Amino acid sequence: MNGAQALLKCLEANGVEMIFGYPGGSVLPIYDALLDSPIRHILVRCEQGAAHAANGYARAAGKPGVCLATSGPGATNLVTGIANAYMDSIPMIAITGQVPTSMVGTDAFQEVDITGITLPITKHNYLVKDPAEIPRVVQEAFHIASTGRPGPVLIDIPKDVLQAQCPCPDADEKPVVDIKGYRPNVKGHPSQIKNAVKLIEAAKRPVLMIGGGIIHAQASAELFELATRANIPVATTLMGIGAFSETHRLSLGLMGMHGTPYANLAISKADLLIGIGVRFGDRATGDVGKFARDAKIVHVDIDPAEIGKNADIDVPIVGDARIVLKEFLKLTPPMEQAEWMDQIAAWKQNRPLKFRTDQLTAQQVIETVGNLTRDKAWVATDVGQHQIWTALFYKFNRPGSFITSAGLGTMGYGLPAANGVQMARPDDMVILFTGDGSIQMQMQELGTARQENLPLKIILFNNHALGMVRQLQHFYCGKRYSGVKMTFNPQFSSLAEAYGIQYYHISSQEAVESTLKEAFAHPGMVMVEVAVDEQEMVYPTVLGGKGLDELIVCD
Amino acid sequence: MRHTLSVIVENKPGILTRVAGLFARRGYNIESLVVGETENPQVSRMTIVVDGDEKIIEQVTKQLHKLIEVIKISDITQEESVHRELILVRVAADASTRGEIMQICEIFRASIVDLSRNSVMIQATGDQKKIEAMLTTLRPFGIREFARTGRISMVRGSK
Repeated sequence: MNGAQALLKCLEANGVEMIFGYPGGSVLPIYDALLDSPIRHILVRCEQGAAHAANGYARAAGKPGVCLATSGPGATNLVTGIANAYMDSIPMIAITGQVPTSMVGTDAFQEVDITGITLPITKHNYLVKDPAEIPRVVQEAFHIASTGRPGPVLIDIPKDVLQAQCPCPDADEKPVVDIKGYRPNVKGHPSQIKNAVKLIEAAKRPVLMIGGGIIHAQASAELFELATRANIPVATTLMGIGAFSETHRLSLGLMGMHGTPYANLAISKADLLIGIGVRFGDRATGDVGKFARDAKIVHVDIDPAEIGKNADIDVPIVGDARIVLKEFLKLTPPMEQAEWMDQIAAWKQNRPLKFRTDQLTAQQVIETVGNLTRDKAWVATDVGQHQIWTALFYKFNRPGSFITSAGLGTMGYGLPAANGVQMARPDDMVILFTGDGSIQMQMQELGTARQENLPLKIILFNNHALGMVRQLQHFYCGKRYSGVKMTFNPQFSSLAEAYGIQYYHISSQEAVESTLKEAFAHPGMVMVEVAVDEQEMVYPTVLGGKGLDELIVCD
Repeated sequence: MRHTLSVIVENKPGILTRVAGLFARRGYNIESLVVGETENPQVSRMTIVVDGDEKIIEQVTKQLHKLIEVIKISDITQEESVHRELILVRVAADASTRGEIMQICEIFRASIVDLSRNSVMIQATGDQKKIEAMLTTLRPFGIREFARTGRISMVRGSK
């Protein structure tokens, strides 16, 4: 057996069912071996699409996604997708071909130093020099990608290593992973947990601040129990959306730069903030000097480097969110917090989340889609205004069902990610919210979706502009709009026709619900184009250098 | 404040790039970095001198820990330790000054390792203070060039 065959055997042993990839010279041996492997290959249209699809797949399947590219441009096309997965802590294995060992370092055709390039955007990476190392490297890669704080791992394999003969890896006896420098701590320190619970018992205005860590750790049930037992309202970061039911009375929804008024006010007035699986990123905190000024802060995270990095912490707890929450639950008594509950209810009443209703808006469409599909659909988004509106108005109830590019903010993520989600969940409904700017960054992936016959439901907001950048220029550049007008867009109806996609168009408020119902009833792939106003803004918004309570809202 | 970190890493290609890259990327200042083999051929010891307050050193340590190939990090700044650097320094010297320079070498337990008509090359080892003191003393004679290693350190006492 050769290195390529051994690689696929090892992937199989790690539960890999499909790979998103694109062939090329250096990976010919892998593509040849794929013909005889049970692993399915999904041919994308550009390698960046493969990385995002593997990301979407990982989030919907709950296990590492795998993408594959050839050396040189194939590998560099993966880079954005790898960085995206790194920022959002998504478990992913990226496999790249490399020029033969003898030619490494000679600037050979299609040679790039991809392990060097991806050093700062992978959790770890490998350059495999001997086919006998493949079983150990693959085993370690899956272990590293999926444990502790998850993340992408890249394996670069020169062509001669893929071709060289090696012993067949033993399917029943996986190599034991023993990495001296990698022992993630999952159990929180007992005395710190006691300290945290003491603070919860003493608090009058506690808030839970929840991030993607809860979803990775599958700790939503424990979170729900803690929040409801001690009556602690829950605000989430963009990555944390869905971790706590957004239709529950204790949900404050999204916090931060575009957070709901009541989430941001609650955090600003809180006397105790319990951050779990969050990294206190700048989009969540606003000006960190003004962040939660009156609050003691408890921070639970699996990554010790996140604790104290951005915000000063009173009680640090390094551990797995689920394991730590279980310990919290052993100690936390039921609490009423009647006064705080009244205050939260009053804010929700007096400072509600709202949007203009005198014309057709993306917000109205998103809210309607939420009402039609909540609890059953997976929702992917691209990046921009529609992304935040989805975060604010869809109202997610299911952990992990909101698939978005949060940390890196990668336009073009949505469509290929939705492809990955649909591949992982062939029988579920997958919705993509996108904009005319975003979709054109990875539009070629419509081809991948059609080749795999995916019944994606694409909702495309067309404002002939890059709305989020336009909004930034509105606030920060004195309304001098530069480079944000899409004066030419394709006729999306013709584009849909060219790809054999059922097309719908919404141009009035009255047509929203009926058109959506019709589109969702269609068994195949659909595109619903919604004509929206480029002047619409994302509200609430917290401007740079401001605290979360200094938000601007929709009037 | 200056901190000395003693870091045990796996002896694998690329680890130096990973560590150096991490410092550059996160904007930490390395004052010196020395890496070499240890009694165990599978691991290397890096001695890193880094400047920063407690918060920065804490972040440096935590970020280093995230590198898969970093096994152990000890901040030995506060510990009773032996620190050594090596310096080679070429000093202008003719017949009239050579004797005085040799006396200085004796005081600092340095040795002359090369001699030419108008210069001498001196080799010295010691902690940073001693090396600095010797350089100060030699400066009036005219220092032509010098090369010095970074610091290597080991904690005193039985282990």
